[in-house]
Amino acid sequence: MAGIQMKNIVKQYGDGFPAVNDVSIDVEEGEFLILVGPSGCGKSTLLRMIVGLEDITGGDMVIGGKKVNDLAPRERNLSMVFQNYALYPHLTVYENIAFPLRLAGKPESEIDEKVREASKTLELDEHLERKPGNLSGGQRQRVAMGRAIVRDAEAFLFDEPLSNLDAKLRGQMRTEISRLQKRLGITTVYVTHDQTEAMTLGDRVAVLKRGVLQQHATPRELYENPANLFVAGFIGSPPMNFLPANVKGNQVELPFGTVTIPEDKAAKAQGKGLLIAGIRPDHFEDADVVDKDKVTDEATFKAKVDVVEWLGNEAYAYIPFEAPTEVREQLAQLEKDLDGESLRTQLVVSLDGASRVSEGDEATIWVDARKIHLFDPATGENLTMDADNAGIIPGGNAMAKAEEIGEEQDAV
Amino acid sequence: MSTKNRIGVVIGAILILLWCLLPVAWIVSLSFKSQEAITNGSPGFLPSSGGGAGWQNYADVLADEQFRRAIFNSIGISLIATGLSVIIATLAAYAIARLEFAGKRFVLTLALVIAMFPVVSLVGPLFDMWRTFGIYDTWPGLIIPYMSFTLPLAIWTLSAFFREIPWEMEQAAQVDGATSWQAFRKVIVPLAAPGVFTAAILTFFFAWNDFVFGISLTSTENARPIPAALSFFVGSDPFNRPASLLAAGAVVSTIPIIVIVLLFQRKIVAGLTSGAVKG
Repeated sequence: MAGIQMKNIVKQYGDGFPAVNDVSIDVEEGEFLILVGPSGCGKSTLLRMIVGLEDITGGDMVIGGKKVNDLAPRERNLSMVFQNYALYPHLTVYENIAFPLRLAGKPESEIDEKVREASKTLELDEHLERKPGNLSGGQRQRVAMGRAIVRDAEAFLFDEPLSNLDAKLRGQMRTEISRLQKRLGITTVYVTHDQTEAMTLGDRVAVLKRGVLQQHATPRELYENPANLFVAGFIGSPPMNFLPANVKGNQVELPFGTVTIPEDKAAKAQGKGLLIAGIRPDHFEDADVVDKDKVTDEATFKAKVDVVEWLGNEAYAYIPFEAPTEVREQLAQLEKDLDGESLRTQLVVSLDGASRVSEGDEATIWVDARKIHLFDPATGENLTMDADNAGIIPGGNAMAKAEEIGEEQDAV
Repeated sequence: MSTKNRIGVVIGAILILLWCLLPVAWIVSLSFKSQEAITNGSPGFLPSSGGGAGWQNYADVLADEQFRRAIFNSIGISLIATGLSVIIATLAAYAIARLEFAGKRFVLTLALVIAMFPVVSLVGPLFDMWRTFGIYDTWPGLIIPYMSFTLPLAIWTLSAFFREIPWEMEQAAQVDGATSWQAFRKVIVPLAAPGVFTAAILTFFFAWNDFVFGISLTSTENARPIPAALSFFVGSDPFNRPASLLAAGAVVSTIPIIVIVLLFQRKIVAGLTSGAVKG
């Protein structure tokens, strides 16, 4: 087992554009690191550079204190679970799991012992003599994991391992992977585009955009203190609401009304003109179900609810609003970066299940003003971020840098 | 499918089978008739009474030293040509499917051009060349042209198979600790087995059935294969060819190819890669 240090890793393909641009991530021994981002953000490329299937254009890849830039995959002693499992269809499950051990020339008794142990862990005992073609998706997934855990690898690498499973199985396997990693205590790097997987599995999460590292922090830090608009929009489901905002003193003018924010946050956002306010859906509430002492005029507004989705324990209310042109473009671009496609600017509000607000109502909505983030629309930076609790944020403006690369690439 | 359709299909199939198999059946019928019966005229499918020869023709053919030698030549030459051709084609096809190299298109086009080249046009030059090189009337003298004419098809077939194999299989093997060669031998080749056997059958067919090279590039039983040998099978009287013996020889020479096809056919299991990746 070993830690993995990525130092200023760069990957350039033939056309000269960096797929991975100056990424430095330090994975500690035994840590579960998630690489997350929308499609095309370079997360899989980065993983494949760790395992040695992609050449490294620049920077150092250090595994267990040893620079591995020029080593072949087999010399790095890492094990990997591929997105499509890549099982050997001509071999039985037993032989699939035993394959790495046979290549290493281990004696038969040791191979048998280790394969049996792995199959017991993954509950594959009754399938050992079957061929992968006869297994279900979940079982194939487990065989792929068996092949990874059977040898004493320095680290596990997962490349979107759950993306081919149905929703229910995905949830189960997620817990299973988490449990397995905790038990084996082995360094793990896991690539996903699913922010739920990122939040639930990772000790720390590295968010990438267009090959540029945006923020590298614990899931809680990412959720509570996103470094910029991109991270804020990517982490959390339903995503954070972005509203045009004008700050005057400690008053924030939003499309629905004016709310008061804490002094220290207001101080950071003075004199910047039009800003983008980020408020998570769960920081709103139906004023009728909030404690009466919290409800003040400064923290409530009235709005017409367009659609309500009631889920039992909570309800999502949708409130459309008009955004000024200056921020509309920025928001549309952000939406595109996040692989989304929303047709209108609207506010998503998560209400308590007890709320009686229904479609077409003029509802009184309370907002938790302490949790509001304010972003600079030009650079995307979070002005109100608590830097001490935001993990590692690379120097310079990562989001602007990623956008620049994106524009150049789109222009070609 | 309606009953009417099914009856139509059955009738169609029977017609095609008759069309294809009647000559074969006639050869078999001839091979069981005695020489006299044929000379006197024996138009029936079954031998007329007293005109049947039983297994005598087969016994005579197999007792013939030249014929046994021709069978041996054919089997040896065809197997060696097939083996070499498949090995070379596998390696070449793998490179074409997996690697990007300068001149890849050129190699593929060249292969196709060779495959389209009329065989007969090369016989003359080859005859001269082989005599100069001293491999006229030898096994290598036939193996080389067989290989060069079957390689293109084998390469095209196999590279199509290799392209079907997900690249992840090979990468997984490399991560599991395999060298490139081990990944190729232990993962890629087993997965391409149906393709390898297809290529082998095609090559073997070509080599076994070839007549042009067989008759032009050989002069003695040293290397003469069956198709050529049969044409020299004149018996004692050159004006009265032993038709029944020839028929028996033709039947005997068909048997190995049927055996080989049946053996290889089992190996051609479609969809061997199912289950490798998500499904």
